Amino acid sequence: MANKILEKRVLRSDLFYFRIEAPELAKKAKAGQFVVVRADDNGERIPLSLANIDPDRGTISLLVQTIGVTSTKLSTLSVGDEIKDIAGPMGHKTPIEKYGRVILVGGGFGAAPLYPIGRAMKEAGNTVISITGARSADLLVYEKELGEFSDKVLISTDDGSKGHKGLVTEVLKNEIEANGADLVIAVGPAIMMKFASLTTKPYNVKTLVSLNPIMVDGTGMCGACRVSVGGKTMFGCTDGPDFDGHLVDWDLLMSRQRTYLVEEKEAMEAYTCSCAPHS
Amino acid sequence: MAETKIREYTKEEIKEIRKSRTPIPEQEPIVRGKNFEEVALGYTEEQALREANRCMACKKRDCVAGCPVEVPIPEFIQLVREGDFTGAAKKIKEKNSLPAICGRVCPQESQCESLCTLGKKMEPVAIGRLERFVADYERAHGGGGEVAKPKPTGFKVAVVGSGPAGLTVASDLAKIGHEVTIFEALHKAGGVLVYGIPEFRLPKAIVQSEVDGIASLGVKFELDSVVGKLYTVDELLERGFDAVFIGSGAGLPMFMNIPGENLNGVYSANEFLTRTNLMKAYLFPEYDTPIKKGKHVAVVGGGNVAMDSARTALRLGADKVYLVYRRSMEELPARKEEVHHAVEEGIDFKLLTNPVEIIGEDGWVKGIKCVQMELGEPDESGRRRPVVVKGSDFVIDVDTVVMSIGTGSNPIIPESTPGLELTKRGYIVADETGATSKPGVFAGGDIVTGSATVILAAGAGRRAADTIHEYLMSKVKN
Ligand SMILES: Cc1cc2nc3c(=O)[nH]c(=O)nc-3n(C[C@H](O)[C@H](O)[C@H](O)COP(=O)(O)OP(=O)(O)OC[C@H]3O[C@@H](n4cnc5c(N)ncnc54)[C@H](O)[C@@H]3O)c2cc1C
Ligand SMILES: Cc1cc2nc3c(=O)[nH]c(=O)nc-3n(C[C@H](O)[C@H](O)[C@H](O)COP(=O)(O)OP(=O)(O)OC[C@H]3O[C@@H](n4cnc5c(N)ncnc54)[C@H](O)[C@@H]3O)c2cc1C
Ligand code: SF4
Ligand code: FES
Repeated sequence: MANKILEKRVLRSDLFYFRIEAPELAKKAKAGQFVVVRADDNGERIPLSLANIDPDRGTISLLVQTIGVTSTKLSTLSVGDEIKDIAGPMGHKTPIEKYGRVILVGGGFGAAPLYPIGRAMKEAGNTVISITGARSADLLVYEKELGEFSDKVLISTDDGSKGHKGLVTEVLKNEIEANGADLVIAVGPAIMMKFASLTTKPYNVKTLVSLNPIMVDGTGMCGACRVSVGGKTMFGCTDGPDFDGHLVDWDLLMSRQRTYLVEEKEAMEAYTCSCAPHS
Repeated sequence: MAETKIREYTKEEIKEIRKSRTPIPEQEPIVRGKNFEEVALGYTEEQALREANRCMACKKRDCVAGCPVEVPIPEFIQLVREGDFTGAAKKIKEKNSLPAICGRVCPQESQCESLCTLGKKMEPVAIGRLERFVADYERAHGGGGEVAKPKPTGFKVAVVGSGPAGLTVASDLAKIGHEVTIFEALHKAGGVLVYGIPEFRLPKAIVQSEVDGIASLGVKFELDSVVGKLYTVDELLERGFDAVFIGSGAGLPMFMNIPGENLNGVYSANEFLTRTNLMKAYLFPEYDTPIKKGKHVAVVGGGNVAMDSARTALRLGADKVYLVYRRSMEELPARKEEVHHAVEEGIDFKLLTNPVEIIGEDGWVKGIKCVQMELGEPDESGRRRPVVVKGSDFVIDVDTVVMSIGTGSNPIIPESTPGLELTKRGYIVADETGATSKPGVFAGGDIVTGSATVILAAGAGRRAADTIHEYLMSKVKN
């Protein structure tokens, strides 16, 4: 097992890009799938979307947003280091076909799966519009990358320092009103995906979301990733990660994501303490 | 060859010791309920000699008939009596390559020990404890010794899954000189033995030592490799493997489909045990994976998995653990010894009780609503069917619920392997020899039988190894 880091970029103080040697994975993985990663021997298993898949170079890419212990541990790794475990590709690939006008909506690490999905959508002959946002212009990431394949990249910032002043969902609404859409794909924090789905509902535009419940194995063995879609309980890892955004029980997803808030805080405190220089 | 000073028992003494089995030293219930160390401490040499002397070395060998892999029981016990503990371990390994594990987890009371002749009048010989003793002795005294490296046959076999079925196939085939690679989805080898069965019943160091032993035979372990995702079975065959064995287990957790099952604090037993055992959440935050340490926990089910979950909840610090089971004590499918341990540790058995709803507040479990059952007419399995007592519903206040009502077949391999015949419930169809409907593909263990036992999986692995060997040799001739 290699999983050697070949390239690392700091996109923002809390967002890291890694390109990793993983030839078998790169051969097999498809846009929309994810991997389960462990940073070290005591590590937790966390799911991360494939941010790029390059079978020719035998590499995969990951975008890691530092939130808690595992993502922080990963962020400290450098070029030449090896990631302890990477298992996958998990989940189903995003269905790529010619839909017509496809709008991608994502922010932060949500850009990770959107990049390979968007490229594949473009190659399949779709018109691709990307919408991304942040609190302010200096926190925007992946605008250039999304531009590589998008016919148009639309931006929103909370403070208006770039693009539309406001939320991505407002940009989404305007774009659908102005030009229509055949498919919307939203990836990012649950709250963003929820409101993107609510935005597209009145226009009856099919909306795919990539759900991010808490996972353990990622292979259908534990059921930690239970989500409710159209009133049916499904496993996020093996039935997803893509689901119809109009059918997802968002409140359940957000509630279950909060299961370990207390423990996560405790773990982060223990981790920061153990890393602090001894005086 | 005696490895210890053996004690000769006189006729009178033997008559005396036959009356009851030699007790096994155990941690006190009050102590062990708070730690994850092994409950049973194992026989000392004297205790093992005493117990071995209870065996009557019957010609009929009824005990052997009760063993799914026909371990030569009286023969190995005779070697124990002679003080040749390593020889005894070797004798068992002729039929069972995982004695340290089976001695701890086999349901002996319904297998070998249930048929023991001595058991008809008195307590049966403690065959499982003796098996465990000799295996532990062998491991502590330098293991099985160097195995002569066989001549390579040039054949390559892929084994999917590293549970008892996969480990047995791999070790048997490697010993004949085939090149074996095990593909395991998780980051650690061992299957249920590492992710399911808790440390206090089966120390992980023992499983690791079995895995290390198999690796030393030259078997390669490809961890983090989900077959069906990273490679399909067909791709393994295309990549130069001459045969594929599927031992992927029955790891899909089932739920009851009652209201409230997705509340925070409801776990499948698989998740609860995986977090604790494989991910070591009981050592959080030294290990990164968290688990909710419930104060009042209800475990639903009555098998080994349910007992393990209940006793794990206790060790995580619960004040009160209920075991909710819809039939009565007699029907509990768990090993007797574990039920006994659970009772000793203070698990509260709510029998003839069935959950109908999990009650929540702000997204978290607050209670479990149950109905009382009574036993009615016998069903197809011959067990009396539990029926609901009208108007008997009541609520148990709990903050955690663990669903332990069984597992099914994981769809990843079936979905990605065309030409593989499946049962209605999604298990792989394989005959006694392990052959499936797909040429070159063999299967055994829980993925064929549905959730069963370690020894049945290991036995299926052994038979499949024979079949695979024959299959490979027939390729030479053609
Ligand atoms: C299919 C999928 C794809 C994802 N893709 C990416 C990605 O490309 N980049 C990225 O930065 N993040 C991604 N995530 C989210 C990422 O898995 C979590 O941010 C990560 O687990 C946090 O771990 P931590 O130890 O750093 O933080 P913690 O302190 O442990 O947790 C912070 C929060 O992250 C979530 N979380 C915690 N543990 C898990 C877990 N085991 N599984 C899922 N969520 C968890 C919880 O909501 C939690 O409150 C994805 C999640 C899923 C399910
Ligand atoms: C909590 C618990 C307690 C138990 N207690 C007892 C007991 O006391 N006594 C007893 O006899 N039996 C007990 N059992 C049952 C026993 O453990 C099983 O019957 C036995 O482990 C089955 O062995 P197996 O090799 O078929 O599969 P498993 O042990 O399930 O191993 C299957 C392996 O395959 C891997 N896998 C699955 N899919 C893939 C894939 N697509 N690619 C690669 N790898 C894959 C899995 O990760 C796993 O490691 C218990 C089971 C549980 C869950
Ligand atoms: S049946 Fe009991 S007494 Fe007879 S040989 Fe077997 S273990 Fe010994
Ligand atoms: S993460 Fe375990 S079943 Fe989905």
